[in-house]
Amino acid sequence: MKTQMNSLILRTTGHFLLPLLLIFSIFLLLRGHDEPGGGFIAGLVAAAAIALYLFSMGIKSARQVLWVDPRNLFGIGLTLAVLSGVPAIFYGQAFFTSQWWPIYLPPFGTLKLSTPLFFDIGVYLVVVGSVLTIVLTLAEAEG
Amino acid sequence: MRPEVALPILIPLLFGAVSLAFWRSQRVQRWLGVIGTGALLWSSIVLLDATRRDGYLIMHMGDWAGPFGIVLVSDLFGAIMVVLAAITGFATALYSLASVPRELEKFGYYPLMHLLLAGVCGAFLTGDIFNLYVWFEVLLVASFALLILGGERAQMEGAIKYVTLNLLSSVLFLSAVGLLYGLTGTLNMADIAWKLGQIDDEQAGLVTVISILFMVSFGIKAAAFPLFFWLPASYHTPQVAVSALFAGLLTKVGVYALFRVFTLIFTQEVEFTHTLLLWMAGLTMLTGVLGAAAQFEFRRILSFHIISQIGYMILGLALFTPLALVGGVFYIMHHIIVKANLFLVSGLVYRLRGSYELKELGGLYRDMPWVGILFLIPALSLAGLPPLSGFFAKFILIRAGLETGAWVAVGVALLVGLLTLYSMIKIWGEVFWKAAPAGESAPETVERRSERSRGRDLYFFYLPIAGLAVLTLIIGLSAQPIYVLAETAAGQLLDPAGYIEAVLGVRP
Repeated sequence: MKTQMNSLILRTTGHFLLPLLLIFSIFLLLRGHDEPGGGFIAGLVAAAAIALYLFSMGIKSARQVLWVDPRNLFGIGLTLAVLSGVPAIFYGQAFFTSQWWPIYLPPFGTLKLSTPLFFDIGVYLVVVGSVLTIVLTLAEAEG
Repeated sequence: MRPEVALPILIPLLFGAVSLAFWRSQRVQRWLGVIGTGALLWSSIVLLDATRRDGYLIMHMGDWAGPFGIVLVSDLFGAIMVVLAAITGFATALYSLASVPRELEKFGYYPLMHLLLAGVCGAFLTGDIFNLYVWFEVLLVASFALLILGGERAQMEGAIKYVTLNLLSSVLFLSAVGLLYGLTGTLNMADIAWKLGQIDDEQAGLVTVISILFMVSFGIKAAAFPLFFWLPASYHTPQVAVSALFAGLLTKVGVYALFRVFTLIFTQEVEFTHTLLLWMAGLTMLTGVLGAAAQFEFRRILSFHIISQIGYMILGLALFTPLALVGGVFYIMHHIIVKANLFLVSGLVYRLRGSYELKELGGLYRDMPWVGILFLIPALSLAGLPPLSGFFAKFILIRAGLETGAWVAVGVALLVGLLTLYSMIKIWGEVFWKAAPAGESAPETVERRSERSRGRDLYFFYLPIAGLAVLTLIIGLSAQPIYVLAETAAGQLLDPAGYIEAVLGVRP
């Protein structure tokens, strides 16, 4: 397998970097509304994490770690993003008007659930899905 | 706030996304295709009805007020275009059930179809010029992928020309939007029109330059003279359902954009810009029809006729009188239905006889007279024979031309009508009337016959074709209410002040 680099350093760090990068991507995703971050960039980070894992461990383990077909992520994400525009009409407002449903969780503070959050999660999934579809297809074509 | 305005965009987007989520199951995708386009048709009719009753419908996306947020505007012209897009989409979705090979469906045919429709409807409904650019890109991306679905050599060759010229057009469009933004500081079309109305004389020249950039850019999208080469190079190569969808909708988005921009925004130098449009219209008509006369392949003939018909629509805009605009709108309504239908018929003929080449076809009228009738209705309508829809469309335009004294344009329009009739008669004579060519190899016929007997799904060929033919007849036989509708739409187009007031809430 050509895509798998035979480097001890890469293989060892790959194990540790994958969860760290994924947590970082979720951090970026949740941070994104008022501060730098958001679904797109978080999706890129997550996709980069999987791609790094692919280079260190090979295609098969990368697919296993992903456990869903990236193409499905693409469709689900797009559906979520479009649907996030819909709740506004039930409040008699224009499509894609942001809706906020703050929930008070005693030990942590207030969780701000909102339609922009779901839109961002949708974008996140679309980006992860499309980038990984491309990367995995290219990797399989090569190796 | 009117939710109707956003539905024709959201429905195809949503169905496209959901059918992407069902990537594995073509069966689900197929039915989502029919249900989605059916829902689109319903929502578009609701929209047209509401627009007809209440006038302009406005929606500020995300509740961001215009001119800063993106505004969706449905005027009568836009709503009519959305209905036409939905009709074409629904007909081709039904047609695709039987005509698109299973192995191509795997590559996302249905999600792309939804995406294309979302782009087309978005372009018809947006009131923001940069958003218009975005919708153009959405529909172009979808159309690139649909065009090369199947990956045959001829498709790639056509797609390269298509992609190159359309990207060039997009670049011009984007630069023109940039210049316009630099000049007026806004992207909202109503706001641009208002600001340009108060511009000082020094900058009037710049406005004309920008208007020419828009004219060239939309001219390429509409396949108008002289940059139409991409169309005959590519439209005969993809799946026939895709060809029909493209033929019905894509170039008309360009025509729509020309109508919108040259009635709302650029009406300062009508003498100059609309005379240029008149030349463009005449030459487009002529080159298109002459190109068709030289072709002997079913779909190529039809492709060249799209170009010549685009000329008629631009003629309506170029003459720029109330009657001429009525003619232009009427022509678009007639043309989309007829042209999509002709492509669907060509696909049916291919399914029955296995060829698009005129000289390999023949005798179809003797074997299947009904197919002949189904061809004749749109074909004669395209040529403009009474009492079909094309007759009234041409009649209004020519009448408008005579009233303004545009003798040359009227002469060209009449000549092109005659040559269109010649072209349609050529197809009729070759495909339906003459005896089937002898020397067909026996095993081939057996194979085809077995394919034919297998075709219970032939219903899905006949159903959309017959439905569109009935629509053509309805437009022709009850031309009066359609004329009134087109007249109201044209009235709105000629009253930019009304549009500006509806969007911005102030009368200029």
